[in-house]
Order: sequence, then C-alpha cells, then structure tokens
Amino acid sequence: MKNKQVKTMRDTIIEEISNRMEENKSIFFLTADMGAPALDKLRQKYADRFINVGIAEQNLINVSTGLALEGFTVYAFAIAAFLSMRAYEQIRNNLALLGDHKELNVNLLGVGVGVSYDMSGPSHHCLEDISIIRTLPNMSLFSPSDWVMAYSFVKHSIRFKSPKYIRLDSKAMPNIYEESEQFDWETGFVELNKGKDVCIISTGITTHKSLKIIDELSKDSIKTGLIDLFMLKYFDKEYLLKILSKYKVVITIEEGFIGKGGLDSIIANLKIHYQADFTLKSFGFSDSYLFQQGSREFLSECHGFSIKDIISSIKNY
Amino acid sequence: MSQFDFMKKKAQDLRKEALKLHKIASETRIASTLSAIEIFVVLYYGQVLSYSENPTWEDRDRLIISKGHGSFCIYPILAEIGYFDENELQEAGSQKSILGAIPDSLIPGFETTNGSLGHGLGVACGIALALKRKNISQKVFVVAGDGEFNEGSMWEAIMFASYHKLDNLILIIDDNKISMLGHQKDIITNTSFTDKFESFNWEAIKADGHDVKDLHNALMTMRNNCGKPHVVIAETVKGKGVVALEDKSLSHVMSLNPSEIDEILKDWE
Repeated sequence: MKNKQVKTMRDTIIEEISNRMEENKSIFFLTADMGAPALDKLRQKYADRFINVGIAEQNLINVSTGLALEGFTVYAFAIAAFLSMRAYEQIRNNLALLGDHKELNVNLLGVGVGVSYDMSGPSHHCLEDISIIRTLPNMSLFSPSDWVMAYSFVKHSIRFKSPKYIRLDSKAMPNIYEESEQFDWETGFVELNKGKDVCIISTGITTHKSLKIIDELSKDSIKTGLIDLFMLKYFDKEYLLKILSKYKVVITIEEGFIGKGGLDSIIANLKIHYQADFTLKSFGFSDSYLFQQGSREFLSECHGFSIKDIISSIKNY
Repeated sequence: MSQFDFMKKKAQDLRKEALKLHKIASETRIASTLSAIEIFVVLYYGQVLSYSENPTWEDRDRLIISKGHGSFCIYPILAEIGYFDENELQEAGSQKSILGAIPDSLIPGFETTNGSLGHGLGVACGIALALKRKNISQKVFVVAGDGEFNEGSMWEAIMFASYHKLDNLILIIDDNKISMLGHQKDIITNTSFTDKFESFNWEAIKADGHDVKDLHNALMTMRNNCGKPHVVIAETVKGKGVVALEDKSLSHVMSLNPSEIDEILKDWE
C-alpha cells in the first residue's frame, strides 16, 4: 500500500473533531484531565468549548449528559479503563438508560484499550470494556483498527445522535486503510482478505497482528480470510454470517479477556443464533490480570497468542 | 388567600395525597417523601416556570430531582399542572401505570433518570452550563437528599459548579438527616452543609424546610447572578406529619398499613 503513515488514532480523531468544531458550534470537548498532542491545539483554539472536569470520570459523564440533553454534541475523553469502569453506572443510567427516550449525542473516547499501556501495569490495561459496554442497551461500540478509520467516524458520530463508546489504542501505528476508504458504518466490518478454510476476525490492534499472520501464512501458500469487525454492537450480522459460512474454522483474536463477553462471545452468540457449522477458536487473555513487564507481543506470548502461536495453530487445521 | 396560605394548604393536601398513594403502592418510600413535601410545593407553586403542554419548552426552568425515592409525592402536582391525567394517580404502582415507586424519565415532567443516588447534581451542572451558552436565563433547580452527599460524585459536581461560576444553578438539600439504616451522624458524618459549601465557594443559606414562607424567601435570595452556584439547606424532619415515622432512625424502610393510613387521614380532617 502506498502512503503508509504511522500515527495514533487518538490524535487523528481529535484533529478531525477540532476541524468540525470550526463550523459546528454545538460541539463540546470534555476531558478528565487527560491530554494528547492534538488536544493542545484544540483547547487553545476552542477554549470556550473545551472543558477539563478534572480527574473525575463520573462527573465527566454526568456533565456530558447535561450538555447533550440541551442539544449539544459531546466528546468525552479519558483513559479507557477509568472511563468505562470508574464511571460505569453513570454510563448505564445517564447515557444507556436515559438514551432510550432522549436524544443524547455523547461520544465517549476511551484511550488505551487492551494493553496499549503495556508498561503501566494492570490498573491501566483495559481488557473488560468490550464485554461490559456491549451489554448496555442503546450504546454503540466502535473499535477502529487504524487512524484513518478513527477520524472517518467523526462525521458519522455527529449525524448519528445517540450514546457511543469509542475504544482507541494509544500506540502510533501505520494505516491499514487508504484515506479515500468509504466505511459502511451499518455493515460494521470490512473483509480485508478472502481465504480458504480459515478466517480470522479481529478488532482494533489485533487487525494489525492478523495482517502479519496472514502475510506469513501466504508465504506457505495458505490463504487465510480476515475480517476487521469495528462496530461491535450494531453490525450486519446476517451478512457477516454469510461470509463466515464459507469457512470451516473461524478464529477470533482480541486484546481482552476471552470467554467473558468480548469479541469471541459476539461470534459465539452469532454461531449459536444461526446454528452455523464452523468451528470457533478464540485467542486472547485468559482469566487473570497481567503483572508481567514487557511489550504487547511479549504479554500475548505469555498467554499463548503470539503471532507464532496463532500461525502454528492455523497450520494444524 | 395569601400566597403562603395557599402553599400551606397545598402542602397539607399533598401530605394526604402522598398517604393515599402509599396506601395503593406500599413500596413507595413514604417517610422520604414526607420530608420533601414543602420543598416541592414551594418549587412548583412559586419558583419553577414550566409548561406542561410542551414539557421540553426551551424557556422552561429545569428541575432535576436527584432524590428519586422521595419524589413520588409530586405525582399529584404534575397531574394538577397537566402533565398527565389525574385518573392516572389511581393506578400508581400498578402494571397499567406509568407511575412507579421511584419516578423515571418516561414520566412527563421528569427530566432525568432517578433512583440511583448522586447523579442529579452533575447532570444539572451540564444543563446549567448549556443554558448559559445558549443565553437562556432560566434556572436549573436540583432537589437532593442529605444522604446523597455520601457519594463522591456529588463533590466532583460541587467543585465543577463553582469553578464554572454556575450561578443559574440552585440546589435544595432535603436535610432530613436520616438515610436507610439510621441517622447520618451515627453512620458517616455530622454534616454542616453551610460550612462545606461556602468553603467550595457556593452561596449557601439555611431554611426551615417545612415553613413555606421561609423556604420561598430563601429561594428568592438565591435567584441572583453573583457568580456562585446556590444552595438552600432545607432543615426537615423525615416522616414529617406522621408521628409513627417522624425522626425514627429506620423510617426510610417503614411502611404504613392501610388502616394506619385511614386513621391518620381521619385525624387530619
């Protein structure tokens, strides 16, 4: 692919929100004292619509709700683990529940999902957010895999006036998609590669990992399918199932706990609901917190889902 | 009849109505609502500008009821103002009714979700900020119970409100001094709200929460644009008016049986 650039999805999404704030005066940007290089420009340029609520995630959600009830479009930015778990009841009552019958355009920007903050230890890891946010009615769950997809979502997020949780990786990574890519937010996934027998489903960072895996396998003439699932709550389930039905084995890879409601459970539920025939295999973190110090790849190696582990598993099918 | 005689009469009527509702929906928190009767009467009949035919009218005052458990007493007020039909009151708590023991945001006249404590003030801060940005001069009222201040989220909002100079925000604390398992002083704190709010740069005033004139006057002094958020600390008695409940440490979870209610209503005739 041409024009590959290494950027953080956090900065490109903030830059795009900032661009929109120029013409759209109804946008507020709130943070729980969390910064980003792109945010330094936004908070100078739009000081009247930038609010730092302090280290107070509960109030971040509550104030966002109040602004949204009055018709404003709100982006609320914080570390993902703290945003999704410290303020969970505020998200439940004041966004999901109230969002049942009030128009609330609150976009939660949780940064540092999975083990993005690999060196900060288990308090900063965010391995639970997919399962706990997914269980809330009326909440959309967006999990972009690169910085192009992240900023492309902003236009849709302004138009689609309902509460959303946007899970962002904190590490800079090359783009997967061309900037001209037209994402279909209702379909909710992209079929990045067609394969035979085995198909991988990934979300966020693990799409990068999966691309490396299918690349390695192609050297041995093994063609593996790859689906980048980015809308984890509302997506075209029947269309996804139609694609998966062509495969014998479906593999999910996520930087989250497995067997507990995450990406793997989304596909498992789909398999049960439609009585699909494929065999499902899931890779992710098992039921324990990660106290090891090391890179992301080292942490996944400790839990048996390094690139090498997954390649040898696929070769066995 | 003077304004205050009218409000006193309304409060008396509402106490009766609350007991009647409790008779048909025994899971309602009767003691918690009896302490807040005068607060709601003064707000609805003297402070809050609303328009029931258009509950989301842009120029209304916003009333956020954070103390969900104790707010079912306002059902008769909402019916009288015209938010819903008075016949609906007879069905409260039944499967057919929209009126539950703890009001939710589906009920016309309720702005937000109630029930879980410590949420209302933060949401009200967002609304107050939004009204300022929209140049709407209406007020944002919040009714909270004193027990809610055990929640850390209230203090996050208290700091936010004064930092952002939300002087269109008027908080009324129903300071009945009792939460579910007893008196607050025996559980966690012997709170002096005035000192605490003043130290957080709010304008604070105390009032007798069962004296409509005192409450009304306190609220009138809080309608200024001094650059500070306002709080009226309404000193109340949990279970006010019913001897079996008044100031009893476990009154929050006490229900009255129908014959007790009939007796009380007869005494009040």
